Amino acid sequence: MTPFRYDRADSVASACASAREPTAKFIAGGTNLLDLMKLQIETPTLLVDIGRLSLAEIEETAEGGLRIGARVTNSAVAADMRVRRRYPVLSQAILAGASTQLRNKATTGGNLLQRTRCPYFYDTTKPCNKRIPGSGCPALGGLNRMNAVIGVSEDCIAAHGSDMAVAMAALDARVETIAANGATRTIPIDALYRPPGITPHIETVLAPGELIQSVTLPPPPPGRQLYRKVRDRASFAFALVSVAVVVACEDDRVSAARVAIGGISYKPWRSPEAEAALIGAAATRASFDAAGRAALAYARGYGHNDFKVPLARRTLRAALADATGAV
Amino acid sequence: MERILPFLSLLSRRRFLGTAGAATLAMASQPAPAEAAAEPASIHNENVALTVNGRRHALDLDPRVTLLDALREHLGLTGTKKGCDQGQCGACTVMVNGQRINSCLTLAVMHAGDEITTIEGLEEDGVLHPMQAAFVRHDGMQCGYCTPGQICSAVALLAEHKAGWPSYATADVASSPVLTDSEIAERMSGNICRCSAYPNIVAAIRDVAEGGRR
Repeated sequence: MTPFRYDRADSVASACASAREPTAKFIAGGTNLLDLMKLQIETPTLLVDIGRLSLAEIEETAEGGLRIGARVTNSAVAADMRVRRRYPVLSQAILAGASTQLRNKATTGGNLLQRTRCPYFYDTTKPCNKRIPGSGCPALGGLNRMNAVIGVSEDCIAAHGSDMAVAMAALDARVETIAANGATRTIPIDALYRPPGITPHIETVLAPGELIQSVTLPPPPPGRQLYRKVRDRASFAFALVSVAVVVACEDDRVSAARVAIGGISYKPWRSPEAEAALIGAAATRASFDAAGRAALAYARGYGHNDFKVPLARRTLRAALADATGAV
Repeated sequence: MERILPFLSLLSRRRFLGTAGAATLAMASQPAPAEAAAEPASIHNENVALTVNGRRHALDLDPRVTLLDALREHLGLTGTKKGCDQGQCGACTVMVNGQRINSCLTLAVMHAGDEITTIEGLEEDGVLHPMQAAFVRHDGMQCGYCTPGQICSAVALLAEHKAGWPSYATADVASSPVLTDSEIAERMSGNICRCSAYPNIVAAIRDVAEGGRR
């Protein structure tokens, strides 16, 4: 690690003020940041430890949802009985990610802001437009099995690694932040992440010193919730593809649907196209296939990850079949 | 390459320590000698009070020191092992305020005031913790390097299960699951055993979960 100053924040305001310098970083759980600092991929000159701030509660909201403080650990969210009963897809998604040791440390805000596991981002002997803007993207013609297939650019095909965020995208979660000047704002989770375009090093819309304070889940949408993850081993591995669905049926027709797909893009990929294809359709495998085709219509593989396009379609079909009981 | 394969950097560090003599031992918690020389000195050390196995220690630490290195290199508690140093193997598992974490992926300065329990803190008055005894009884190890992490992880696992936590293996996350072998395996997935003593590790944990010696 390169040397840094360490500052334990005693208030949200002082944390944001300290972290205003462009080379400062907030640290909460640190499970991703410290890994990257050891590799000198992240080289902050100041670490602002928010580990003693409040922001560690899960509260009911007036509209009937839940507000999850940014510092609530992944374990605490997954084990919260209100989440387990009303948002089981979120518990399932969190429990599908990492290990208990990591989930005990990793926080809600930090999970959203985790960086990609693209092997070229991690390999400091290789170019990477995310690490060194303008240096090139070896993943395009390289070992891109884990990389994205939709929404990315010729400058970067890195995939976002979060499971939690996929469920939150399906649940229309809102991210609440506070800026260094004290201004607060609410960002729909889908608008938190910036498409890579020609600036893949800029990953979110957050400004320096802007701190995620909480994530709010609106009241649970109608229907059965389900998270399905496909990976290289049974546990403790990043998703090749994952799917979060919330689906309701009336008279064997889909009356409401939410679809978000993980492992295929720079962000949890909410698919309004799949949802539109599902609403009013018969709850059958043929309809679910059509939804998958709609979701992946603009996807393309880059060689080693070509399989992700059909795998995402099939995983969506399987998740919808499970959730609806369709044969 | 060194950074990708921490085990190689460990080898090169050992080689360096072997040839450079005891004076360099004080540098043992620095990343690597060449790297340390190229870097400017850290801005300043931090005073950290760590409570480990019930004992309070006052340390003066470079903020870069991980909790793992503080335990091993500064407090001499070498029971906690350094495996991958990147949160993937679980050899460094300790409990902080009762919860298991990877001590390699957290800084010591972040833990002032926390209660840290390592493998050395599990026995009481020379009597092994029931989980330690079960690992011995079931031969839940071969080389033993991952064992302290496995045992700390297993002790915390039982507390999590008792608190009703679900896992990825739990069909209905709103239920309080029975601790089946597949639940144990899933809940232990953060601890890798390269000797693959898994069946005996699971048996040891099941034994303690079911009430101890049979």
